[in-house]
Amino acid sequence: MKTQLSNLAASTSVVEPKPDGPVITSSSNAKTWSASDNFTNTMQFIQKQPTLEAYRVMDHTGTVLNADHDPNLPKEEVLKCYKDMLLLHTMDGILYDAQRQGRISFYMTHYGEEAMIGSAAALSPEDIVFGQYREAFMLVYRGFTLDEFVNQCFSNELDYGKGRQMPIHYGSKKLNFQTISSPLGTQIPQASGAAYALKMSGANACSLCFFGEGAASEGDFHAGLNMAATLKSPVIFFCRNNGFAISTPSTEQYKGDGIASRGIGYGIDTIRVDGNDIWAIYNATKAAREMAIKEQKPVLIEAMTYRIGHHSTSDDSTKYRDRKEVEERAQFDNPVTRLRRYLENKNWWSQEEEDAYRKKVRKDIMTSFTAAEKRKKPAVKHLFTDVYDELPPNLVKQQQELNELIKKYPEYYDTSDYASS
Amino acid sequence: MSANNSETKKMNLFQAVNDAMSIALTTDERAVVFGEDVSFGGVFRATSGLAEQFGRDRVFNTPLTEQGIAGFAVGMASVGHTAIAEIQFADYIFPAFDQLVNEAAKFRYRSGNQFNVGGLTIRSPSSAVGHGGHYHSQSPEAFFTHAPGLKVVTPRSPIQAKGLLLASIRDRNPVIFFEPKILYRAAVEEVPVADYELPLGKAEVIKKGKDVTIVGYGSQIYTLENAIQLAEKKMPGLSCELIDLRTIMPWDVETVVESVKKTGRLVVAHEAPKTAGVGAEVAATVMEHCFLNLEAPIQRVCGWDTPFPLVFEKFYVPSMIRCYDAIKTAVNY
Repeated sequence: MKTQLSNLAASTSVVEPKPDGPVITSSSNAKTWSASDNFTNTMQFIQKQPTLEAYRVMDHTGTVLNADHDPNLPKEEVLKCYKDMLLLHTMDGILYDAQRQGRISFYMTHYGEEAMIGSAAALSPEDIVFGQYREAFMLVYRGFTLDEFVNQCFSNELDYGKGRQMPIHYGSKKLNFQTISSPLGTQIPQASGAAYALKMSGANACSLCFFGEGAASEGDFHAGLNMAATLKSPVIFFCRNNGFAISTPSTEQYKGDGIASRGIGYGIDTIRVDGNDIWAIYNATKAAREMAIKEQKPVLIEAMTYRIGHHSTSDDSTKYRDRKEVEERAQFDNPVTRLRRYLENKNWWSQEEEDAYRKKVRKDIMTSFTAAEKRKKPAVKHLFTDVYDELPPNLVKQQQELNELIKKYPEYYDTSDYASS
Repeated sequence: MSANNSETKKMNLFQAVNDAMSIALTTDERAVVFGEDVSFGGVFRATSGLAEQFGRDRVFNTPLTEQGIAGFAVGMASVGHTAIAEIQFADYIFPAFDQLVNEAAKFRYRSGNQFNVGGLTIRSPSSAVGHGGHYHSQSPEAFFTHAPGLKVVTPRSPIQAKGLLLASIRDRNPVIFFEPKILYRAAVEEVPVADYELPLGKAEVIKKGKDVTIVGYGSQIYTLENAIQLAEKKMPGLSCELIDLRTIMPWDVETVVESVKKTGRLVVAHEAPKTAGVGAEVAATVMEHCFLNLEAPIQRVCGWDTPFPLVFEKFYVPSMIRCYDAIKTAVNY
């Protein structure tokens, strides 16, 4: 065989490489396949790999399985996490009902995914977060107020988004939480770019990007992960795998081993975690943040959970899944209950405190809710502002046109519910 | 423009684009240049020497993914950096359409001005090149002029390219900058070496005239110049006014309307297909503003409503003869 190759090389004037000659690599150190690389005489197609395990710190009874892995956060920090989870859960209940009553136009709950707040606890305030839409836990943790939440959902004049986007499309410049947009997956390459910018400016920070397992089927997932890996962006990709993308079960979403198995293919360090275990999420995110910033590279976390609620207020999930299954999941493995048991094991929380806190939160939300509902909508001029940094001539003209129409047809264009300027 | 009477250097269009990016990288430490194959200088040499001069962290190759390039650029701009991204051919900008139309264009508006991507510029070679066929010839500007929040700019010459690109990079809105690739090496002129900007949103009256207004942009301007020469020669006494839009969105209605009010006639020409092209917008707007001044139907000379063909390019493009014929029709109506 070797002789034949030599003859061939000679006859075609191809320079035959020395058997142990140096591997030629490009200037960017990319691996180029050559004669000294891996070859085999065995023809073997790679088949299914063993299913990746999910990292877990405590089981569904709130019992820590290996004491070395308990982050042992101080009581105040653990209580903050728990209280924030309860607050989100309570707010979800009230705003979901408000939508059913037609008082807000749309809502999405976080039921079953409250433990994701562990990721918020593991970040620093300067880390930049890109979300999908089911990540209000991040804002709750960072101190977005109840007023700020409900003002957005009511699209009133205090909504930072000036009433332009649907409810739950939150954003907060001061909390480094990029404004949510509806198109799925678009935030993934954006988070890679933002992380690259953080790296360039020498910031001691990373970006973190949330998305669901359905959004991971979008082309932007592929683009974002591959770009972050090749360009060494300090970004944490955080996938909430809750089993459903609206009605589509994950069995119809992908055929491989979830999302985590893809990370390795991009050359990204990856971990799968129990998404109902706040400490598994906390530990993984904390370690990922350190790796991302110190080593200037992306990390992928896949958190396995279950979407207990409907997809949104426009969805009735009993049409495509068994109500009993949902109830069982909610009962058996509820992230809120799990953390509560952890707290009870430490004697840090009681039924009285639970009842009192739930009552207080409910009252606080209702106060914000009532105030937000009474507020005026933003001034009509904000239909035209912020399209560009300044109004171009065509928009100046169109705004005048609308103003004249409003004057001409006041009975049709009632502006009394809108702020005057 | 403050660069008048200053030092100049002979440059073609790709060199002028290169010079603009070099100045942008020098004057803004947060500026980066990236895209497919930009690191070794770019397939049209527009990024030549930049990686060596500014380092591979600021001028770099990306994987081959247009949606990724656009999304990455949006992300960098969203945290205040200046992203100058290249899409190798305008024909391949469509995978990035979602990021540009749904994300970049709406970023400021949807966040109530909490966030913006003003530092984003997408550069892309566009338009006919003689033998580009379907996917190396397109002029997709009209798709983007329909997306409020984006600015769309195209230069006709090296001086214009440098000034308009620097203005686009520094403009506080996302800008798509289409570079007519047939001009990369063809057009050569003395370009000021200084840092200068030309205003966005302003058309330029290249040639004054009184009988008919001719509007175009990009490399079409040269075809129009030739058509005007022919028309003025064949119809003695005829005087055409030629306007380069330069910025296609938001475009300079005032300059065009003022001209048509004077001449009473309008010919608008572009390479892109006719139906729902930029010419339709210009014609409709001029009709609204100049109804009582118009003395002839507005003539649109455009690519036909077909994909851009290979061997039929000569018959497809709004050539000098087609433009001349339209001028004649407008004048003789």
